[in-house]
Amino acid sequence: MLRLVARRLLQLIPTLLGLSVLLFLWLNRLPGGPAAAMLGERATAADKARIEAALGLDQPVWVQYGRFLKRLSELDLGISTQTGQPVWDEFTRAFPATVELAFVAMLIAIAVGVPLGYFAARRRGSWLDVTAVSGSLVGICIPVFFLAFILKAIFAVQLGWFPSFGRQTTGIDATEVTGFYVLDGILTGEFDAAWDALMHLVLPALALSSIPLAIITRMTRASVLEVLGEDYVRTAESKGLSRSTVRGRHVLRNALLPVVTAIGLLTGGLLSGAVLTESVFAFGGIGSFIKTAIDERDYPVLVGFIMFIAAAYVVINLLVDLAYSLIDPRVRVH
Amino acid sequence: MSTKTDKIDRLAELTAATETSAGAGLWVEAWRRLRASKMAVIGAAVIGVFVVVAIVGPWIAPYDPTAQLWRGEVLPNQNVFVGPRGENWLGLDHLARDEFSRMLVGARQTLLVGVVATLLGFTVGAVIGGVSGAALVLGGKVGRRIDTVVMRVIDIMLALPSLLLAVSVAAVLGQSLTTVMIAVGVVQIPVFARLLRGAMLAQGGADYVLAAQALGVRKRRIAIGHVLPNSLSPVIVQGTLSLATAIIEAAALSYLGLGNPDAAQPEWGVMLAQAQDYFDSAPMLAVYPALGIIITALGFTLLGEAMREALDPKLRS
Amino acid sequence: MRITSSRVVQTIAAALAVGVIATGCASERGKDEGGGDTFVFGAAGDPASLDPALASDGETFRVTRQAFEALIEHEPGGSKLVGGLAKSWKSDETGTKWTFDLREGVKFHDGEKLTAEVVCKNYDHWFNWTGTYQNSAVSYYWQTIFGGFAKNESKETPKANYKGCTAEDELTAVIEVHEPSANLPGGFSLQALAIHSPKAIDAYKKQEATGEEDAISYPKYSQEAGTVAGTGPFEIVDWDKGNKEVTLERFDDYWGEKAKVKKLVFRTIAEESARRQALQAGNIHGYDLVAPADVKTLEKEGFQVPVRDVFNIFYVGFSQEANKALKKKEVRQAISHAIDRENIVKTQLPEGGKVATQFVPDTVDGYSDKVPTYPFDTNKAKDLLKKAGEEKLAVDFCYPTEVTRPYMPAPADMFELMKSDLEKAGIKVDPKPMKWAPTYLDATENGTCDLHLLGWTGDFNDAYNFIGTWFAGYDKQWGFRDDKVFDAMKAAESEPDVAKRVELYKKANEVVMEYVPGVPISSSPPSIAFAKDVNPPTVSPLTQENFAEVSFK
Repeated sequence: MLRLVARRLLQLIPTLLGLSVLLFLWLNRLPGGPAAAMLGERATAADKARIEAALGLDQPVWVQYGRFLKRLSELDLGISTQTGQPVWDEFTRAFPATVELAFVAMLIAIAVGVPLGYFAARRRGSWLDVTAVSGSLVGICIPVFFLAFILKAIFAVQLGWFPSFGRQTTGIDATEVTGFYVLDGILTGEFDAAWDALMHLVLPALALSSIPLAIITRMTRASVLEVLGEDYVRTAESKGLSRSTVRGRHVLRNALLPVVTAIGLLTGGLLSGAVLTESVFAFGGIGSFIKTAIDERDYPVLVGFIMFIAAAYVVINLLVDLAYSLIDPRVRVH
Repeated sequence: MSTKTDKIDRLAELTAATETSAGAGLWVEAWRRLRASKMAVIGAAVIGVFVVVAIVGPWIAPYDPTAQLWRGEVLPNQNVFVGPRGENWLGLDHLARDEFSRMLVGARQTLLVGVVATLLGFTVGAVIGGVSGAALVLGGKVGRRIDTVVMRVIDIMLALPSLLLAVSVAAVLGQSLTTVMIAVGVVQIPVFARLLRGAMLAQGGADYVLAAQALGVRKRRIAIGHVLPNSLSPVIVQGTLSLATAIIEAAALSYLGLGNPDAAQPEWGVMLAQAQDYFDSAPMLAVYPALGIIITALGFTLLGEAMREALDPKLRS
Repeated sequence: MRITSSRVVQTIAAALAVGVIATGCASERGKDEGGGDTFVFGAAGDPASLDPALASDGETFRVTRQAFEALIEHEPGGSKLVGGLAKSWKSDETGTKWTFDLREGVKFHDGEKLTAEVVCKNYDHWFNWTGTYQNSAVSYYWQTIFGGFAKNESKETPKANYKGCTAEDELTAVIEVHEPSANLPGGFSLQALAIHSPKAIDAYKKQEATGEEDAISYPKYSQEAGTVAGTGPFEIVDWDKGNKEVTLERFDDYWGEKAKVKKLVFRTIAEESARRQALQAGNIHGYDLVAPADVKTLEKEGFQVPVRDVFNIFYVGFSQEANKALKKKEVRQAISHAIDRENIVKTQLPEGGKVATQFVPDTVDGYSDKVPTYPFDTNKAKDLLKKAGEEKLAVDFCYPTEVTRPYMPAPADMFELMKSDLEKAGIKVDPKPMKWAPTYLDATENGTCDLHLLGWTGDFNDAYNFIGTWFAGYDKQWGFRDDKVFDAMKAAESEPDVAKRVELYKKANEVVMEYVPGVPISSSPPSIAFAKDVNPPTVSPLTQENFAEVSFK
């Protein structure tokens, strides 16, 4: 097991190196620099030339790449051109927001999707099944930003049940510990702040959960159906084992294997949705941050982010493999 | 092995299963099941209507979709909009153009984006996946190396949030309809690459390949003449599903301001993004294109899923 | 009480913070949800820096303006210059020596007193900037008004026009420049040249802005509350970057009328519709840059949308080097006649928007009533084109996407309207949509588009701030050389007497419009909205609202 972990982590190095070369070549193709974004219609050509010289953007790519590698080896991601602050600081500020949002969205998706899929499969063809299947099909066809927009228009603006934007009400003045506001509120005993943060999460999380919810429901259903048809389930049933044992130990457990994989990796894919959802709800997470980074040609942020995603991808894959071998002893990781 | 890759690989294996287990019989069986599936029928019907509208739309549109024929009747800054009426079935948009005509013409643009993007993703993906798969099956040690490297890159592309990938492509190319097609297409490349490679691997071990090899047919001919064509059926399934994704993805790009800005080519995603600014006073302007997108994407999803189920022997009822 | 070491303060603060957490002192946390004493305003973007001298954008100035004051200010709700930290000011007849009569008893947030020496300390601090501070992204306004620095480090930096500052007595400061400039006295009113506490300036000097890395890194003092100190009615107490909130508190020793609310919070909500919905949902008390389409909705729902006076100009620029046909005056006139400006104002601009006749808004001194005008007349446009032999005229028309500027709320829609107008006059229009930054800005500046949309919001009331930036000499954006235009501008620029200068500007505007280098389209006030239960501040054409005036009903 340890050797596997070590080998996977070692593989990370050449992967990231290769990726960084590709990234640099790619980013070099992006037209224009950050200078224009800084001064808008007030920028003159001379202004831009000077800004770019100060940023070292007038140097050849390989010089820039060399500098980048050197900094990376010191675990320094550079400075964001948008904010003039270290990229690392920006990430640590923005990530908790997105992680919190993605976590709640996943929680909703699992809590609703797994039971829904399971019962839909058990009662195949019933109205529940039909609703679940068609619901999940529609779910992946609604553009996330439109869903978010509609949810906000109805529940925040019209009905006023939930706040319309942000992570926290102004004036709550909560103590920040981890950056996960709900958790912080609980840790510090500021339950009103925790509640406030939770209310802010409801609508964006609902919007963000639509696609994973649809996928998890469908996967659970398909997986349960498949397992129900397996010989060992029939064997177990004919052996006279109680229904709950069969369902719990055999059906659900085996059916959940692929679902677990899905959950692990859907979380990563949530980022696409987060870009849109965060933008609708002015949520201030990594999604909206990256969006502006692309708009404003904030190279250090983009490079840092993509490196991070690639690293996270390898790590998550590893974790999923490990989880797999824990749930199902038959799956031996090689 | 992510969900995406899992799903793709599973789909890839299906062809091999169909070919080897029962030969052509299973194709007939799949077709029969497809016709019996309500999902498939509804999906096909929706797509049928959509395609017909997309083709004839520009000819049957009552007005020029770009002409501001009712200028003066719509004052967006005063909240004055014109809803459905006799001459304008869906009312006027924020620049006093006929919304119904724009929806009709928009169908063509929307379909075009979906089809071209998918074709692009398929073509490039097929080349990459095909080369990689062929190298692995037939190329010995060097081939294995090539395959590993290519697949590593493809996996990372799959891991990147697809929207960010599309956004960065759009940032480089500037704004146009072509950009939207390419940006959405690029996202599909790794999907198809992995799919085709997987299908080829599954085929590589199939009996008829072994037989051909035993008969002394040249490796290149096996790969191009037998393995590749036989690997295409999962690609068709994936292609159908990709059309849905492409349409939704294009709408998301428009929302982020990277859509095709040319009003002469109205596209539902752009129409939706623009209409959100006027949502309070004219919500229907957003609802029409949104419904268009959702229903069309649903059509492709239904058909694609039904095809997948029909092909998958494990899901037989 | 004097605190000798800042470390002591930090330690005490840390101890207090720990104490608060440990005791779970929830009762002490302000919990008023907007109501009561806290006024929350929705900003469109984060400030770049808490030190206005390092900034050039409106979002930064909106925040810092509440805490910092300049020597000269604008009258509330207008564009006339009035006394700020200086009760009055005058220049000698050459326009190179400016004397400021400072207000008595003005205190900074850190307890320091305003004196003439403090003023000089500020100006000398800027003049002696080195390194990254000389980058025009950092010191844009200093360079615009006073040119370069004591020691310019780059060849591109303009020559310094600032000569020096002397304290004649405790409350009389004299600032001297080498050449008279149309930017003075207006420049003294810029928020970027607001006066800081001497103690703060000393602290700033210890910190560097660095630029060797891939980005300009703002100095630390400008990124967190604590160091910066001005004289304004509010003091900046916190900048929560995670929540995108800047919090200000009433400064009780303010020299003028004290702020009516205790706390003022600027909260960034980037998306336009999200700002509106936040106001509708009662999460904020006001926001700026309301989309014209939302004004009526908000008014109908009972929100207050006071109308600002205009102080900007929106125009269609011609780049004569991109399309030779544009060198013909008839063609330029034809395009001017072809565009239905009334319709754009009527359908696209917020209340208070006006059709423009020249390249300055009518609120700026130097606006002329006698400029040649080009009213909407499609037939006349066709005739002019025929006369020029350009009946088959085709133009590339660039416009920016996904951007709203205070002078053009919906560029893409406005483009559509103009395109339709031009086509009616028989001109073929090839649309060239581009992303605002950097593609569009690059293209317009290099004059690569035949036609483009752009505009300008004034910094202060001097016509040179508008037309001087475009027509004082050859500029790639316009691509023409015309001595009549250039001479008219030069005559005005070098006139030290303000009254005479205004007359020369009128002349210049007439000359410019005779030449028609572009089509001025409109001036429009960016809308600002407030909740029902607040008394909003006097709205300002320069978007310089003073939030000290705000109170709850």
